[in-house]
Amino acid sequence: MSDRYTQIVNNPIGSLIAKNVGLPQPTELERYEPGQPAVTGPVLLGAAPGGRLAGSLAGILDRADAEIHSELGGEVRDALGAVGADAEVWNPDVPGSGKFKALVFDATGIKDSTELRELWRFFQPTMRRVAPSGRVIVLGTTPQACEAPRERTAQRALEGFSRAVGKELRYGATANLIYIAPGAENGIESTLRFFISPRSAYVSGQVVRLSEGVEAPEIDWEQPLNGKVALVTGASRGIGEAIARGLARDGAKVVGLDIPPLAEDLAAVMAEVGGSSICLDITSDEAPAKIREQLSAEHGGVDIVVHNAGVTKDKTLGGMDEERWSVLMEINLSSEERINDELLAAGTINDNGRIICVSSISGIAGNAGQTNYSTSKAGVIGMVQAMAPHVAEKKLTINAVAPGFIETAMTAAMPIGLREAGRRMNSLSQGGLPVDVAEAIAWYASPASGAANGNVVRVCGQSLIGA
Amino acid sequence: MNDKTRKVAVLAGNRIPFARSNGPYLKASNQDMLTTAFDGLIERTGIEGERLGEVAAGAVVKLARDINLTRESVLSTKLAPETPAYDVGQACGTGLEAAILVANKIALGQIDSAIAGGSDTTSDPPIAISDDIREVLIQLNNARSNVDRLKALAKLRPTMPLDIPQNAEPRTGLSMGEHMSITAAEWGLTQAEQDELTVASHKNLAAAYDRGFNDDLVTPYLGLERDNNLRPDSSAEKLATLKPVFGGPDGTMTAANSTPLSDGASAVLLGSDDWAESHGLAALAYLIDAETAAVDFVSKKEGLLMAPAYAVPRMLERNGLTLQDFDYYEIHEAFAAQVLCTLKAWEDPVFCKERLGLDKPLGSIDRAKLNVNGGSLAAGHPFAATGGRIVASLANQLNGAGGGRGLISICAAGGQGVVAILEA
Repeated sequence: MSDRYTQIVNNPIGSLIAKNVGLPQPTELERYEPGQPAVTGPVLLGAAPGGRLAGSLAGILDRADAEIHSELGGEVRDALGAVGADAEVWNPDVPGSGKFKALVFDATGIKDSTELRELWRFFQPTMRRVAPSGRVIVLGTTPQACEAPRERTAQRALEGFSRAVGKELRYGATANLIYIAPGAENGIESTLRFFISPRSAYVSGQVVRLSEGVEAPEIDWEQPLNGKVALVTGASRGIGEAIARGLARDGAKVVGLDIPPLAEDLAAVMAEVGGSSICLDITSDEAPAKIREQLSAEHGGVDIVVHNAGVTKDKTLGGMDEERWSVLMEINLSSEERINDELLAAGTINDNGRIICVSSISGIAGNAGQTNYSTSKAGVIGMVQAMAPHVAEKKLTINAVAPGFIETAMTAAMPIGLREAGRRMNSLSQGGLPVDVAEAIAWYASPASGAANGNVVRVCGQSLIGA
Repeated sequence: MNDKTRKVAVLAGNRIPFARSNGPYLKASNQDMLTTAFDGLIERTGIEGERLGEVAAGAVVKLARDINLTRESVLSTKLAPETPAYDVGQACGTGLEAAILVANKIALGQIDSAIAGGSDTTSDPPIAISDDIREVLIQLNNARSNVDRLKALAKLRPTMPLDIPQNAEPRTGLSMGEHMSITAAEWGLTQAEQDELTVASHKNLAAAYDRGFNDDLVTPYLGLERDNNLRPDSSAEKLATLKPVFGGPDGTMTAANSTPLSDGASAVLLGSDDWAESHGLAALAYLIDAETAAVDFVSKKEGLLMAPAYAVPRMLERNGLTLQDFDYYEIHEAFAAQVLCTLKAWEDPVFCKERLGLDKPLGSIDRAKLNVNGGSLAAGHPFAATGGRIVASLANQLNGAGGGRGLISICAAGGQGVVAILEA
């Protein structure tokens, strides 16, 4: 499943040819290594006047030991002074030749479409100063939470801006938008750290919504999942295996689940991550209760439930037999609903727990030959949105990731034309890795991510499909 | 010892016009210039034949034979030869530090009167032989035969360098301008704002001469009546066309917004009120307090010329003053960038919290009160002579205005800064 094209265009001759012929030139993305700081280079922090996040952002970046730059004067500078950050000075009139690893812009001060000019003012002189694998992060106010129509209009406009920026950025840089509801200012840290770090390597053009009223506990950012129990379905291979490894790396005790024929593979993975196994067919009638019993008996409950198990059974609808439809729907959607219901009803999911589902870009865009799969994965999104307010009452969250083209055994088996199209038709001109999905799941899973509820974030390199 | 201190009056000042290096003062030595500055001051104040408490002065770039420069200069003046003197050295802080030293003795009652001053010439630099050549000469000296002497001389090479004084920091190898350009970039200074300050300096100094402000402060010397670096018709448009001289092609510091190498000398008379009265002199202003700070520029923790930004808040706190409690600000314009970086630092909540430990920034100053009679960018900057120029000029301004409070801030090589408060 190696992406030979990316290797070729990253050697000198390949790079020269690709540049002259006009072929896509994917950059090898920086990915997180344990022990790395949240951000590996200078961060430029800016804001539209009247924003409400300066204090929060200054504190987060200072705690993350970021090398912060900002313009002199204004609320951001005051906030940086207040937290005692040793921030450097940025003046667009004398830009110098330095690059920024991240541009972070608080757009919550934008109350009217005329003030969208602040985006231009901040980003025009800085867009070409984003380092390879750099990050552009725009923070706004959730439009639905804006009372004034003009503010809501202007805040909604940020989506177009950040998505267009994502498409303009080069060399593996990404752009994302975080909407923060009024009152959610103190719940940003975990999400900002994810989006500013190499953990979000393959996430671009996304919009995240953070809701108010959730206190983020103090955590060890190196081991955010310390002491947490995580159930991962379909954990024996592919993306599920990467999820299990990612959660274990972040400190979680993993309980891997897979079907009995894969018991050996599952046991091997769990042995490596120091986890335990549950072998059963999630579609069976007794599965939800068995899962609940084992989690309760062995761990006294569960903190993180990752619904990853899934199958494809492709066929155009006219030629699709009922089994392809029904079996897939059972595995990909209905069993997840039943397991959720069981665990929620029994209170097996601990306080500040997480339910995380794996949807798909296919569920957003719809794929020919995948009516069954697209339906199930769109259903997963529906489940997340339907359940979010419900689980919030229990101080839990439910979110989904929607992977795009991820380099797995499954995609390696695709015909070359489709495979190359999938790989290249995104802003990063390459496929993602299973670890990229795992990182997004680890972000949702963090006990500090309680403000993220009901989100669907695509891990797709800003794929053109379903955009 | 006295258990009370006395007020210290600034009574008069005198300097020769400052001249650009290798110009009219090409043949004048530090001793010539310092003596002239002293003589003018003595004449203005009618203290010929007096035995003063002491005279303290210095030169930054000094010939080896000027080991006792100030004492030798005093002996050439009309002061009583029994007036003691000593040399002071704190780079560009020399002149102001000399005034602080003698003022402290006056305040303590150890002396009643003193002259503080400084002189510098870059036209007559002390060029030394390098260690390599010295080794050869020692061998030559120790040789007992002509053959040995020839052997020693044969070791001389044209590549053996002379040791010419550099305007560079020994610990970093960077010139002061290069250091300043790093700090200017850190603070995001534009060339335009530096040029604007430069033009104001020239305009203010020209206006001061035109209205006779310097009549009591400057004595013509070697045909020069005004500082020959002064460009009254300087304009921002003209300065904008100049290419950077420090900080590479993207630099913002030009020959105009940096001070040129220059020659000159200055002196200030200080004394107790009683001494002044008994000599028919009146205080122009009083030296209220002073502070010297130093920064760690070697490990790049702070810019070379940022020490005054640390010294001032310490002095303000001791005196219960805010930065805005002044009628005049005399910030030495070693470079326009130095002044601007200092002002930006005081306005910046990040610098004030992180570096100074203050919960609130010192804030901004009214720029109309800054260097109102011109600064070093217009007058030139003969290193040790600048302190005396500024003390005398500010005292004269405070006196002419009928009272007020003024702040002096001078940056110095080695990451140091000397600051003081005058009141009238």
